[in-house]
Amino acid sequence: MAAESYPDDLLYHPGHDWARIDGDEATFGITWFAQDALGELVHYEAPEAGSSVAKDRTYSEVESVKAVSDVIAPLSGEILEVNAAVAEAPETVNADPYGEGWLVRVRLTEPGEAGSLMDAEAYRRHLAEQG
Amino acid sequence: MQTLLRTPLFDRHVALGARLVPFAGWEMPVQYEGVIPEHLAVRRDCGVFDVSHMGEFEVEGPRAREYLQGLLSNDLDRIEPGKAQYTLLTNEDGGIVDDLIVYERARDRFLLIVNAANREADLAWLRDHELDGAEIRDVSDDYALLAVQGPRSLERLDLPEAPAFTFADGEFDGGACVVNRTGYTGELGVELLVPTADAGALWDRVVARGAVPCGLGARDTLRLEVCYPLHGNDIGPDTDAISAGLGWVCALDKEFTGASVLRAIKEEGPAQRLAAFVMEERAIPRQGMAFLGDDGEPVGVVTSGSHSPSLERGIGMGYVPTALAAPGTELTVDVRGRPRRGRVVKKPIYQREERNGG
Repeated sequence: MAAESYPDDLLYHPGHDWARIDGDEATFGITWFAQDALGELVHYEAPEAGSSVAKDRTYSEVESVKAVSDVIAPLSGEILEVNAAVAEAPETVNADPYGEGWLVRVRLTEPGEAGSLMDAEAYRRHLAEQG
Repeated sequence: MQTLLRTPLFDRHVALGARLVPFAGWEMPVQYEGVIPEHLAVRRDCGVFDVSHMGEFEVEGPRAREYLQGLLSNDLDRIEPGKAQYTLLTNEDGGIVDDLIVYERARDRFLLIVNAANREADLAWLRDHELDGAEIRDVSDDYALLAVQGPRSLERLDLPEAPAFTFADGEFDGGACVVNRTGYTGELGVELLVPTADAGALWDRVVARGAVPCGLGARDTLRLEVCYPLHGNDIGPDTDAISAGLGWVCALDKEFTGASVLRAIKEEGPAQRLAAFVMEERAIPRQGMAFLGDDGEPVGVVTSGSHSPSLERGIGMGYVPTALAAPGTELTVDVRGRPRRGRVVKKPIYQREERNGG
């Protein structure tokens, strides 16, 4: 399992999801905090490539032995690619939540939404406030 | 908010970094390192569980045997002092008040180890059906219980081989305890019963000998793989032993509470059965999900479901119409709106290559 970290180059959603923006595209995943709370992941219910995701809405589910968790889209867009390696080996998310454990790549339809997300420092504060 | 009870090992669980959750009124470790490594430790080597939350009752007196024979489904005459038996406390409708293990200490002296969640209900039931000459004592607070389970458990503790469902006073690294050859994992193993004050020292000795601390999460996946029912999930006051596949612990040739109802169900054949199943598509069944018929309407319900660390796929148990309960039958589980295929399998879902029992 990875050590706790919240990289500075990502934006964060309060539902414990991250986005890495690259031009008009972005990659989404779940944060270290989310995977730690769930425990070892054993299932990724991947969405279909080509489907739309809307900011703040569920676009997939991840499951550990004991729990199911909705995955929230931090931004709106159209799914370009799903990480098949995670569908095949969901524990990849525990090992590398911000790298190999990414979930989907999307083309952003509302790039302006990014302004409402948190930077790493704000997200750490958010976690601290949650206690 | 109600205060949660803590076992005498609570501080040790905290020190080990356990994730603690409320369970049946107790604050219990659900996992330490993780459910999967703990599960696999028990399947391959040896794990230790703090199950001190479970209830213990002593029943003693010249009519103790007669009293228990009238309340418990299994036949006490099949065991003798030093032996234990899995049995059910049944209600008038043939429903299951609790499932438990009865230990015969002497002809007129018994110990009942019951589910933590049912301690109060069981005690109320026992007292409501009291008989002069059979004294009931709730001694739950006097005892701690550690389950040490796995193919190497006896070897690691240097305990002698003994048949499953027997018990004896034992000694282990200089401390006395009662060694029960019982468990809830399908593996070779023992449950060690000690006075509460001795629990910490016993835990330390067991862990020092290499038993991996395991939480309730692994306890649940282990028991589900071998299809041991969990009271409150798979069985309860509204489900009967015959439908649940527990007819083998009901001595229908003797009289006990609800026996006539159970005889009638057995005679007619139950309308539904508790079936074990394995998912064929990638999906994890969960308690409360529906089985769907060909028309998409619910025909039954999942009572226990999980990812199986041994099989690395979704498994479960649930009630289905008898016509759909035969091994090999295909079934569909409604996984949050997505129909996913599974298949009924023969119990247990997981079986060791060489059976050690327990």
